[in-house]
Amino acid sequence: MSETKTIRTDYLARVEGEGGMVVRMRDGEVTEVKLRIYEPPRFFEAFLRGRLFTEAPDITARICGICPVAYQMAACLAMESLCGVEVDGQLRTLRRLLYCGEWIESHTLHVYMLHAPDFLGVASAVELAQTSPELVERALRLKKIGNEVMRVVGGREVHPINVRVGGWYKTPSKTQLEALVPDLEWALEQSKETVRLVATLDFPKLEMDPELVALDAGGEYPIDHGERLISSRGLDIPIAEFYDHVVEEHVEHSNALHARLRERGSYLVGPCARYALHRELLSPQARAAADEVGLEPLVRNPFRSIVVRAVELVHACEEALRLIAAYEEPAAPAIEVTPRAGWGHGASEAPRGVLYHRYRLDDAGTILDAKIVPPTSQNQKSIEEDLFAFVSTHASLPDEELRLRCEQAIRNYDPCISCATHFLTLDVERT
Amino acid sequence: MKKPRLAVWKFSSCDGCQLSLLDCEDELLDVAGAVEIAYFLEASSATGKGPYDLTLVEGSITTPHDAERIHQIRRDSKFLVTIGACATTGGIQALRNFASVGDFVSAVYAHPDFISTLRTSTAIADHVHVDFELQGCPINKAQLLEVVGALLAGRRPNVPAYSVCVECKRAGVPCVMVSKGVACLGPVTHAGCGALCPLYARGCFGCFGPKEQPNTGSLAAHWVALGADETQLLRAFRGINANAPAFRKEATFHE
Repeated sequence: MSETKTIRTDYLARVEGEGGMVVRMRDGEVTEVKLRIYEPPRFFEAFLRGRLFTEAPDITARICGICPVAYQMAACLAMESLCGVEVDGQLRTLRRLLYCGEWIESHTLHVYMLHAPDFLGVASAVELAQTSPELVERALRLKKIGNEVMRVVGGREVHPINVRVGGWYKTPSKTQLEALVPDLEWALEQSKETVRLVATLDFPKLEMDPELVALDAGGEYPIDHGERLISSRGLDIPIAEFYDHVVEEHVEHSNALHARLRERGSYLVGPCARYALHRELLSPQARAAADEVGLEPLVRNPFRSIVVRAVELVHACEEALRLIAAYEEPAAPAIEVTPRAGWGHGASEAPRGVLYHRYRLDDAGTILDAKIVPPTSQNQKSIEEDLFAFVSTHASLPDEELRLRCEQAIRNYDPCISCATHFLTLDVERT
Repeated sequence: MKKPRLAVWKFSSCDGCQLSLLDCEDELLDVAGAVEIAYFLEASSATGKGPYDLTLVEGSITTPHDAERIHQIRRDSKFLVTIGACATTGGIQALRNFASVGDFVSAVYAHPDFISTLRTSTAIADHVHVDFELQGCPINKAQLLEVVGALLAGRRPNVPAYSVCVECKRAGVPCVMVSKGVACLGPVTHAGCGALCPLYARGCFGCFGPKEQPNTGSLAAHWVALGADETQLLRAFRGINANAPAFRKEATFHE
């Protein structure tokens, strides 16, 4: 008789959104792995139709409270490219600065409050505060500084109100930004401490070799924009060709479409992909921090993604300081954008990876069609492959330990399930 | 004395209002010291069963399963507070409530049978009794702390129901409609943001939902005088708080 075993978590904790996991085994062999995403779909792509193109940044921000800036940027870029406008100079400096604020906030949240508890054997950062208050205080202050950048540039930290197609409603003064400098200098030092800290954690063993995909922003580390999509295996396409190369699949156990590369399969987006493809473009102190802890150029153990995230935290702080130093308040807060009929594409690097938007407008600027591909739906297959490989090589662990490690393996991706399930057109179950 | 037990629940939403609690960086550890965080899945893998003294609910009801789940949460909770536009009015996903028959017919799915969803997105108060509603997309975290503190102290939360206009006057911001001719929902929108959009030279777009007894018709007439057309009015009232009764009704006049 064969022995079967199921490892299951119905409600994943310390992730954004609602998901669960099931791993089934028979005689020590993994037979099935499912990352279950039951977060209810919200149909953004359906109700964007008929809205004005200028509404897209405010509407799509509501897909995610953790990374609204990513949505606002991708939406703006798509509309601007469609209308033949390029937002550059100081207006773009501010966009990148706002985005650095989101990276600082989001990466700190994940490193300290969502992921570190797994490594340290506690249930939450609040529990961690009882034994290591200095760590939690550092995390909260780092997070607050990221939020402060977002508040000064964007108006508020969740769903900023200052972003518009063409630029801003109001640009901050140089003095306002300079007031952020002392805090950001502190944050830069503490983010380097963060790298040192997380590099000493105990990492479960796992070696994966996914195709790594990130934006190419032409000579700078990709954050707020990118015109091309590149991979570790030779993919190099303009983002307008995204759907020529990426297929989305609807599977029963997930309310988020599974993305894969046509004729190539699963791929990975996010910090490890960006770092592997653009390591030489990291800020000097971020690169030095990675070197200091001996972070390998190609991180194959997904559990070590926390170190890469910390290195990117250094980068975001240093980059924010550089941007503030270079800032001069522009003459006008925005460039005028006149709508025209056509298709537009925009992409940015959300903290969790590539986010792609595509819109079709009529000549009055009404949205006729919208497609949004968030990072977590692109990473679903990689997450399942990691779980499969991890359980296959750690089947001898006690059940509870195995379950906890599987949850940790999912959190390696900082999954944003609320984002991932925005998709789909409207369907009706009449009650 | 036993600490009051706090629970935070998520329904259909973006997670932003729960995040606002974690964004109370200066107060979080004090809150955690004053209450037992019994259930807060986004922040902790430790989960405690009810009853709870204070329950915060984020998100709207959009699935048959969630329409059931909220009843158990109500039974387990002494005070139930909705946080944010989704839980309080149905949120932006309530735009589905107004989709036309044509949209239904043209809906295309790979496997519609995999999806379980209701035709509407509705507020928590449409399903169970709610003790207090905190508006906003997202909520104001200072107001969240006020509500939590007040309910735990056994007093009524001090969350004014007047309009954004009052906040503009207090902040000394010149009215964007009067001084710049910018269409603004401020006169009918619930205070709480601190007049954020007018401070950034932009008209309010109503993310805090209706104030108490808003005169939406009068504001709509004013917008028309500023040059707004019916489509613009429809989009304005059918936005983040489309399913809030006052905005829902006004929107129908501009269909």
